[in-house]
Amino acid sequence: MPIPYQIVVCGSVVPDPLQTLEPITTPAGPALKNELMLPAVLDPWAGHALFEAANLAKQHPGSKVWLVSVGPKAKLQQVMMTVAQKVPFELIALDGPASGFAESAEIAAALAGAIQAIPGLDQSRLFVFGGWESASRGAGTTMQMVGELLGITDQFQGVDQLTVRPDGSFQALERVEGGKHQVSACSALPALLGWATGNLPEPPNNPQVGMLNMRTVMPALQRAKPVKVANDGVAFASVSLPKQRRATKIVKDLSPDAIAQEIVEWIGKE
Amino acid sequence: METILFLAHTETDGSLGKSALEALNAAKSLAAVLPGSNLISGLVGGDVQTAANQIAGCASARFLGVVGPDFASSRYSTDIVAVEALARAAAATIVIAPGTARWNRVLAGAAQRLGGRIDTHATGTTAADDQPGITRWYYRQRMEAVVQRTRRPWFILLDPGCGEPWTGAAGQVQVELVSPALTDANRRTTVTGLRAPSADQQTIRPDARLLFVAGAGWTKTQPDGKPHPKEAEQLILGFLAQSKASLGSTKSLVDLSGEGQAVLKFMTHLNQVGQTGSTPRHPKGLSTCCHGEEPHTVGWRFINERRAVNLNPNCSWAQGKADVLYVADAFAVMRKVNALLAEKA
Repeated sequence: MPIPYQIVVCGSVVPDPLQTLEPITTPAGPALKNELMLPAVLDPWAGHALFEAANLAKQHPGSKVWLVSVGPKAKLQQVMMTVAQKVPFELIALDGPASGFAESAEIAAALAGAIQAIPGLDQSRLFVFGGWESASRGAGTTMQMVGELLGITDQFQGVDQLTVRPDGSFQALERVEGGKHQVSACSALPALLGWATGNLPEPPNNPQVGMLNMRTVMPALQRAKPVKVANDGVAFASVSLPKQRRATKIVKDLSPDAIAQEIVEWIGKE
Repeated sequence: METILFLAHTETDGSLGKSALEALNAAKSLAAVLPGSNLISGLVGGDVQTAANQIAGCASARFLGVVGPDFASSRYSTDIVAVEALARAAAATIVIAPGTARWNRVLAGAAQRLGGRIDTHATGTTAADDQPGITRWYYRQRMEAVVQRTRRPWFILLDPGCGEPWTGAAGQVQVELVSPALTDANRRTTVTGLRAPSADQQTIRPDARLLFVAGAGWTKTQPDGKPHPKEAEQLILGFLAQSKASLGSTKSLVDLSGEGQAVLKFMTHLNQVGQTGSTPRHPKGLSTCCHGEEPHTVGWRFINERRAVNLNPNCSWAQGKADVLYVADAFAVMRKVNALLAEKA
């Protein structure tokens, strides 16, 4: 009999990768210029986590997926218009910053609090998913802290594959150095997985799923609790864009043979 | 005045890896410039004596160790107990560790458990006005910040390849063993092994001198009106075999592979560099058939010497970012490169 899993996915929004980003200084610390105007997307690795969660839930009838997200309400709403059409989930929204400069420990505390408030959560069926890093802070620290606050000590990061077994145990493949995966077996839930890319393509938009999700997304956004991030005890002495621009030498008139000769000589130089 | 704990885990042979020695060098340097600070080494592994002896000459005030079969493998539930015990035993205010997969998995949890804070992917340490700081990148290597913290303990994970490894005399040291208590709950996860492509198929080589980046252009229609993925595969793998380079890829190319198209079958998301991939560190980089806007080129932000082969002289992957851009057909160039490398061999 398949286990009906409870899968809580943590994930927020980040600026669209194609946008040019520029840091500015505000009284509250560093921020992005025109941050609220920048188009946003669901954080890529959190997106993979969400799609893996939906896939797992689909294979195990009775399973349910929650998406817990801290971000400015308006941005969350914008991104949910697309994400909600991909896979079924229930949104738990928290109205707070999605900035890369926000302290991960404070974000983790807000996420853990929201997860603990989910009614009927059963630790023996619980997977907590998220991206192993964000495309904003890029630290890979929030999920571990969420796990600690929830008392989950079976944690896996950089996960590319999860295989669940009927007895409630599972196997996880985590990325390690040198293009390898570490294979681990865990005998029971709860567990926390920070996903890398996984193996699933992005699901196509499904308007029916979108309509179903939007019934809960809009109310969730309306009742989103505010989250204050004080960035207590952290100071940014500077935030700057890399200034180095190389003087690219463009070689147009060499034959492939001559170019190859140059490249081989260059590779061979110490 | 800081108590700096250099925290490392052993490799499978019991020694400390290069990234650990880089972190040791950074920890030692920071301790030297912060007045009244001292350095303590904390080691985790099946057995840590070899590792401790390896760094005997690092002027560490104490050598602490958590050892045993439970701590030989990389597992969150036992590693966090070991790290917590070492940090407490050392009364550490700053913990400096290499940014390995093992430590990246666990140290944020340890910081949380100890009421501290953490910064990962640090590229260096600073000490302005006797205040420790770190440099790290935000928004996937698109802006760099100098960060200082008052909260302790402060965990700092240094990205491998950002500094020089410590070198010094080996010797014989006395390791003070710390023995944290474990329960069955700490052993619910079992590490069963590593999964890796066979040696001749392994295309990711972190220690290679050259990163070869392949872009989606390799799969596009060629002058004869057809794509040539088979030849592209042979040329790329042939080059990797002869040059011992590491292979990186643009997102568009690995996405094509993931979608099951008849493209480069050896290419996976593990090869992906850039915005949603890795930012490896190699002395040299050669990109071929890559095209992308600024955010996508961060994949070789940390490559020192960069050259590119592309048919488009205005290629945004190369303009302003590469030292040399060869405007040429990568198939023709790499065919000849492989022939020349074969002659040299």
